Amino acid sequence: MTGENFSDRGMKHSVDWRLVVTYLLLILIGWVNIYASIHSEGPASIFDFSFRCGKQFVWILTAVALAALILFVINPGVWQSAAVPIYLFVLVLLVAVIFLGIEVKGSRSWFEFGPVRFQPAEISKISTSLLLASVMSQPGYKITKTKYFLLTALVIGLPMLIILGESETGSALVYAGFIFVMYREGLSGWWIFSILVAILLFILTLTLSPYVSVLVLLGIVALGVIVQGKRLDKWLPINLGVLLLLAFLPRLMGLAAGKWSFLEGVQPLYILLGICLCAATYFIYKGFVSRNRYLMLSALGVVAGIALVLSTDVIFNSVLQDHQRKRIEVLLGIKEDPAGVGYNVAQSMIAIGSGGLTGKGFLNGTQTTFGFVPEQSTDFIFCTVGEEWGFLGCALVILLYVFLIYRIVADAEKCRESFTRIYGYCVAACIFMHLFINIGMTIGLMPVIGIPLPLLSYGGSSLWAFTVLIFIFISLYRQEKKYY
Amino acid sequence: MIEGNGRRIKLMIGLMIVAAIILGKLFYIQIVDEKYKINATNQSMYYEIIYPTRGIIYDRNGKIIVGNKVAYDILVTPREVGPFDTLLLAGALGVPVEQIRSKMAEYDRNRRRIGYQSVVMFKQIPPETYIKFAELQYNFPGFRGQARSIREYPVNAGGNLLGYVSEVDAAFLEKHPGEYRPGDYAGKTGIEAAREQDLKGEKGYHIWLRNSRNQIEQRFQDGAMDKEAVPGHDIVTTIDADLQQFGQQLMQNKVGSLVAIEPATGEILTLVSSPGIDVSMLADIGQHYDEIIKNPHRPMFNRAVQANYPPGSVFKLVNGLIGLEEGTLRPEMLYPCAHGYPLGDHRPGCHGHKSPINLEEAIMMSCNSYFTFALREVLENKKYANIGEALDKWNEYAHSLGFGRKLGSDFPSELGGGLPTTKRYNKVYGKGGWKFATIKSMSIGQGEVDATPLQIANLAATVANRGYYIIPHIIKESEGVEIEDKYKEKQYTMVDASHFPKVVQGMWRAVNSGAGMGGTAWIAHVDGLDICGKTGTAQNSRGADNSVFICFAPKDNPKIAVAAYVENGGFGATWAAPIASLLVEKYLNGEIAEQRKPLETRILQGNLMARVKGY
Repeated sequence: MTGENFSDRGMKHSVDWRLVVTYLLLILIGWVNIYASIHSEGPASIFDFSFRCGKQFVWILTAVALAALILFVINPGVWQSAAVPIYLFVLVLLVAVIFLGIEVKGSRSWFEFGPVRFQPAEISKISTSLLLASVMSQPGYKITKTKYFLLTALVIGLPMLIILGESETGSALVYAGFIFVMYREGLSGWWIFSILVAILLFILTLTLSPYVSVLVLLGIVALGVIVQGKRLDKWLPINLGVLLLLAFLPRLMGLAAGKWSFLEGVQPLYILLGICLCAATYFIYKGFVSRNRYLMLSALGVVAGIALVLSTDVIFNSVLQDHQRKRIEVLLGIKEDPAGVGYNVAQSMIAIGSGGLTGKGFLNGTQTTFGFVPEQSTDFIFCTVGEEWGFLGCALVILLYVFLIYRIVADAEKCRESFTRIYGYCVAACIFMHLFINIGMTIGLMPVIGIPLPLLSYGGSSLWAFTVLIFIFISLYRQEKKYY
Repeated sequence: MIEGNGRRIKLMIGLMIVAAIILGKLFYIQIVDEKYKINATNQSMYYEIIYPTRGIIYDRNGKIIVGNKVAYDILVTPREVGPFDTLLLAGALGVPVEQIRSKMAEYDRNRRRIGYQSVVMFKQIPPETYIKFAELQYNFPGFRGQARSIREYPVNAGGNLLGYVSEVDAAFLEKHPGEYRPGDYAGKTGIEAAREQDLKGEKGYHIWLRNSRNQIEQRFQDGAMDKEAVPGHDIVTTIDADLQQFGQQLMQNKVGSLVAIEPATGEILTLVSSPGIDVSMLADIGQHYDEIIKNPHRPMFNRAVQANYPPGSVFKLVNGLIGLEEGTLRPEMLYPCAHGYPLGDHRPGCHGHKSPINLEEAIMMSCNSYFTFALREVLENKKYANIGEALDKWNEYAHSLGFGRKLGSDFPSELGGGLPTTKRYNKVYGKGGWKFATIKSMSIGQGEVDATPLQIANLAATVANRGYYIIPHIIKESEGVEIEDKYKEKQYTMVDASHFPKVVQGMWRAVNSGAGMGGTAWIAHVDGLDICGKTGTAQNSRGADNSVFICFAPKDNPKIAVAAYVENGGFGATWAAPIASLLVEKYLNGEIAEQRKPLETRILQGNLMARVKGY
């Protein structure tokens, strides 16, 4: 550290201390809860190194050191220029770990150096964010141009695919969060909308039936077209009428089958699909002729949606792995499996649910203390919070995260450097995805996907990665404040 | 940037929505839905039940009649048992060696089902035996003793009065949903059942936390949430333990019942049903259950409150009192007796005595004819449109005197006897198809009149009180134990108090006229006690007549009213009157006078069992 650059005044005003404080609070909450969740095994002190809480203390110390290093020593300019080499280096690590790593719970994604393990997938979030920021901040970059879109997709897709290859579905899923960054930088909102609709169709097909799924798809698209065309009053009643008719088609056919036996072999779904395809062809043609791109795309969307619905079974049964399929089945309530796959979630919900408003109190949790909840200091750390601190504790933790994300985004928006802004969004997206997937999993909103809760879960690799991720941004933002 | 700020806002709204969804779900599972809390409790907490000791039952003088003592169950965990000296164990426990061998063989056959559990090998080993076992216990790994509180009976007050305590069964659990759990004990009959709520106490529990492998870890919150067992309330009964015991002795080898009431309070001093369950069997009734059930005299049947006996001549008092109140009978009225009711077939018959006689003499000599005339005047009273209406009125009177309905005592399973009713006769004979002659046997307490010994004793108490009674009861009010107000209120009969003195005088003369004067109950005379009594001899279709006697003493300010009922005992004066008078004498004098000792000996040694047919 050289004194001339850092007057007290400069530090006071350039560093976003609110982010730092939020970061520290979350780390402390994590540490206390790790201590609580292994309390029954008997560490006398929270610093006892033979237990996870003691080790976490060391991880925290090193993480804070790392943060200071990034904030005060490393020149923030380095990150943009080194983005490409770092990215490539991490890619090599990601591939190498498949061959050289050790196997932990069915996935080869960990390197082991003596007592220390680390997961390249964790660093990959940083490297991808850096390169993404670097690529997207190029002069002339426009995400709507196919060339740039593909380049961006490649930067995100490469590590994502390798991580999928390591069977680390959870970490790979985090990369889907970068779509929010792309959206911020100009990607059409229809992408996000389409993905949400696709997920909805997938769930509907699995839980109800393809027929319902296609019906909902039709309804959504038709509504979209009507709203877009501003012809609400004229078309809405007709549309509703047709949809209602279609909704009751299976029942009507069931009644009619009694009279006309030839109907028995005909499935309502096929009739519906027939109608849809005819209509879609017509609208694609009409849209093409009248140069109504929106209409054409909508019709294509229907076709794509139908394709998704029809292939749901194949995706579910052949593409997804066994354990993933079971986890989804348990989440959607298709199967109950309280002793097997459902055990984690059932126990986790019991632990959190039994916390009530104010919780059972520090170290008084019965579910988390006595080993009912598996993985409770790592992926299921939120259970300890839920059981011992109750709804209020949970709300506090969630609000801290929301504040962290909100603050990062707000800071990012203030930046003049596109690099810093885009990087900030990447950080926010990563934290958000972890938060949503992890907490969603513990309370039965998401399938069981093993990813840590940022800054709270036990583990050096994850803590360091998020520390670096966040503090690079704080450092970059400080740079902004200093020079502009 | 392209609409950058707008998109930021949209993304932030999205963030808020996701956070709201998560918080909403958290709110639901943590605050709205109780399911998770219940599940958490079920799987992590183990409630160790602490059983309370049952309340002690005292007599009216503070004597313990039912207490508690410690006994030991010998438990064995077959998996932990190694080779051991069966002879040594048999010697220590005082059981035949074959029994131990056969039990061990049985456990071996069932070893799969038993697993690591402990089973009860011997129940209720007394402490003296247990000490011998405990000294040698190191020789028998896998065996241990477990202390249990069981009932102890220092006074032989009779099993039917006290009742017994036993493990609840499925039917009992169904009747008391939520209150008991399998393995609990509850009072089944007698006082134990009547005051179960007071006696049982409250179970407590120690909460232990167990881990996911079902091992006990520690006390939950260091025992802060534990509940200690609350011992049951002690009960003070109205029973006089010494008198009860004496009553038991008097009724030994006789079938029937003996009930004594303190007239002024309605407190039951003695309540004997014979044959009864010996208290030595009560503590472990399960062992003796078969034996009790097979006894042809049905010892479980509590005759004192359940038997439907024809009251016989003691019921003449009821008819006399009703006649006086109705005005159809006046004490000075004379009726003839010609060895029976002179009209019709000379039935009911009567014994030889002078004729005609007045009310007092009729009571004293127990004249059947007199009371047949008296009841006829009541039932054929022109005041009423027909005999049916008159009988309805008669029923009202009898009800008010405690007959034909439950008295409402605090004794469980009390029954109410039965009275002849217009409805019944109309059904049997058709409306208008019956007249007084048809039903005249009820004049003397036969026919359709049935009463429990408790009701008969209550009649004695009512006459003693000159017109009212207090519902007989066995529980006294004591600290923490309340009794209903009805056990403190005077129940007035429909017969005015002014009519009672003549009746009382008749009863006094029946006892105190001296031998040869025609008084039926001279045998019950005790010098200085002024006993007033009325004999009864009730027909019994199952053999010899039943011997009945009611009395109270002293004549003024009576302290005790007694009913004795001895099945197949013959004349009232033969068994019932001596029994009742001995009880009165014992209660009032504390001992039996020298000149009455031979009578006492005759009664104590008397054995009527050969005369009584089993059921």
